[in-house]
Amino acid sequence: MSTPEMSATDTPIDNGVNVNALLDAREALSETPEAAKFTWRAKCEWVNGTHSRSTVEGFFGLGEEQKHRAQFTFDADHPEVFASEDHGATPVEIVLAGLASCLTAGIASVAQHRGIQLKSVSATVEGGMDIQGILGIDSDVRNGFEGIKVTYNIDADATPDEIKAIVAQSQKRSAVFDAITNPTNVTVEVN
Amino acid sequence: MSRCLADRSIDHVVLERGEVANTWKTERWDSLRLLTPNWQSRLPGYGYEGDDPDGFRTMPETIGFIERYAEVISAPVQTGTTVTSVRGTDDGYIVATDQGDWRCRTVVIASGAFAIPRIPAVAEAVPSSIAMLTPKEYRNPEQLASGGVLVVGASASGTQIAAEIHRSGRPVTLALGEHVRVPRVYRGKDIKWWMDRAGVLDEFYTDVDNVDRVRNVPSLQLTGSDDRHTLDLNSLTDVGVKLLGRIAAINEGQALFSGALRNLAEMSDLKMNRLLDRIDEWVAENALDGEVPPPHRLEPTRVEESPPLSLDLRSGEIRTIVWATGFRPDHSWLDMPVFDRKGRIKHDGGVVEAAGMYLMGIPFLRRRKSSLIDGAGDDARDLSAHLAAYLDGTSPLPPPAVRASAVG
Repeated sequence: MSTPEMSATDTPIDNGVNVNALLDAREALSETPEAAKFTWRAKCEWVNGTHSRSTVEGFFGLGEEQKHRAQFTFDADHPEVFASEDHGATPVEIVLAGLASCLTAGIASVAQHRGIQLKSVSATVEGGMDIQGILGIDSDVRNGFEGIKVTYNIDADATPDEIKAIVAQSQKRSAVFDAITNPTNVTVEVN
Repeated sequence: MSRCLADRSIDHVVLERGEVANTWKTERWDSLRLLTPNWQSRLPGYGYEGDDPDGFRTMPETIGFIERYAEVISAPVQTGTTVTSVRGTDDGYIVATDQGDWRCRTVVIASGAFAIPRIPAVAEAVPSSIAMLTPKEYRNPEQLASGGVLVVGASASGTQIAAEIHRSGRPVTLALGEHVRVPRVYRGKDIKWWMDRAGVLDEFYTDVDNVDRVRNVPSLQLTGSDDRHTLDLNSLTDVGVKLLGRIAAINEGQALFSGALRNLAEMSDLKMNRLLDRIDEWVAENALDGEVPPPHRLEPTRVEESPPLSLDLRSGEIRTIVWATGFRPDHSWLDMPVFDRKGRIKHDGGVVEAAGMYLMGIPFLRRRKSSLIDGAGDDARDLSAHLAAYLDGTSPLPPPAVRASAVG
């Protein structure tokens, strides 16, 4: 276990993030950039109707195959207003959850690195969508979100501007924030 | 550096591919003025003596200033000499030029950080109907076709060029990434005056958290003008310049922009306010609160509710793209194993990993001010001392691996 950062009052700051390990990893990977190449994977099985079940377990990184501690499962479906059986979150809600989780993990890490103790962090994510797009009613309406709004409530030993700076830095370093705000080439193949 | 070497009676020559102040004469736009006030161009043994210390030099004035300095210090400049290669030898270096070779024990690389425009790869997908240029070729708006202009990049160059082109009647869209906003004047003094007095510009490279990061921070959004106005995204929005996020891709003539504009604006505002807080603290520590106007904060950067995420480059709306996306040095003539995997010279505060080789004039080389004219003096004093110790055989030698390859 690494030594936690100290605040001005010498109380150990502990947001549960091992920042020293992350900083060591950054240093090591800047020397061996090929080890920084990761591949993330999910498998998805159709169950019935709009219900599907995705699992994640293995991924590639640090030059070799890696495994989560356990297999994680995500059920996705559509709600009853779409005449579905609602066995799980809609895929777009999973995207919103992914964004909020990624930003929140970043907030904890950045706060730890800056020696700021978090007391509570909660986020509300809203994504507006005009479903005329996905239903093919109006081809001028896009399928995806019109916009996404994330609202944080954060209690921490820090000034309002310090908290804003942590949230801003988290966006700057977030993989999901980047994946949503920038285009990505997607290839879908059928075997 | 020449002046500092002369002070130490170290025999040297300054090789210049063109004339003295060549870049200032050939690679700057017409209206450009220095971003730093006249008083701040302090060189060893030379400073501003005119009656407008707070003014900003035009390009002819800047050229005159540098030419006079070369005369005053009798710098041994050999003009019209292009270096074609620098190679290591057993006891120093061979500097090959189009005017013959030089042998020397030490080399100082001062060829500038802003030699080659850095243009993002997406530029390759711009339709051929659109003219493209960089601040290196840009001179004035009349050079451009009438019609819309997309300026990419919002540091000093991008924002100044965007404002000037927009004033000429060519509607400007500005696509921006990270940028650093500051007020030109704060509490009655130039921002550079505060940064100088409060020690911000003297911050040393070993005292910053991540030197690689600060060396890549874009230049401050600033302009030097008679009315000392602040040039920022709000002032550009006020005159009708349209703001977009970072250009991310061009697909079949459609330019796509990042949806992270709001965070970029927020980061820039927070960073500016941290600088202003620091200035306020310095004012308080030095009991100057009664002597200067009270603190104030600028209006947060305004970003429209839903900035467009795409722009059709084939519609005819955009006729020209100006890539104000930064520069990189040109060290292609340096035949030495001193580069990192991204092609940058590896150095420790300007001391290159090859014995007797030094680097100058890159951002945050040794101090925050290293890329300013005003920063050259302190860096040259430090590095000339190291160089003199090396010639005397009193400085620590670099790691053996590097020495061996430098000799080969």
